[in-house]
Amino acid sequence: MLTIVFFAQTRELVACDNIELEFNSSLSALETIRSQLASKGDKWDLALQQDKLLVAVNQEMSPWDTVIKDGDEVAFFPPVTGG
Amino acid sequence: MISVQTADFDIAKLYQQMSNNQLNPNGYGAVVTFVGKVRDFNQQQQIGAMTLEHYPGMTEKSLEAIVEQTKARWPIGEPIIIHRVGELAPGDQIVYIGVVSAHRKAAFEACEFLIDYLKIKAPFWKKEQTETGYQWVDARENDTTAADRWSQGNH
Repeated sequence: MLTIVFFAQTRELVACDNIELEFNSSLSALETIRSQLASKGDKWDLALQQDKLLVAVNQEMSPWDTVIKDGDEVAFFPPVTGG
Repeated sequence: MISVQTADFDIAKLYQQMSNNQLNPNGYGAVVTFVGKVRDFNQQQQIGAMTLEHYPGMTEKSLEAIVEQTKARWPIGEPIIIHRVGELAPGDQIVYIGVVSAHRKAAFEACEFLIDYLKIKAPFWKKEQTETGYQWVDARENDTTAADRWSQGNH
């Protein structure tokens, strides 16, 4: 099982904080997770196809070629604006 | 010390805590602090209120990582970072960074490095209420530039 979490604009567009996905080997690629989620509807597509979308794997900012494994927590969010 | 909290903070108490107790015992001749506050306007719009969202868990971890990076680079004591989340109003304090070192140069540089990296690495997001409704604050290109200069060795 993968836990997918969303923050800020991304969370508002998809209208949920988190979802779980049954893990299979095709989901080891972040781009597959992203496109599978984007296919859930127009708002999901809009949220997940943003150029500047960032991804964190197990609460660490990660590059898009990171290999995902069963049990991981994957977060999608826009560039950060704290401070 | 790192804290992500809704409560406000008192810089006088934090100053005492930084320079005067077991967190940083003696030997530090320089104390540099930075406080970031909520502006009352941004991009030509009046700001009524602000909401700060964060990623619990990752936020603390990323701040710890930034502190470790800073300590590896400058001879500083234990810094204090406080970042508020939740509902804030114009004029409210958002963030506190306090650094102690033997001499001022390291303290100034480490403080600036901490806030520059916090701004591009720590998962916080600001949403502002303006006359036209709520809107998420866009990340600024110059925040990335500010952080990048530390990797170019030209400070």
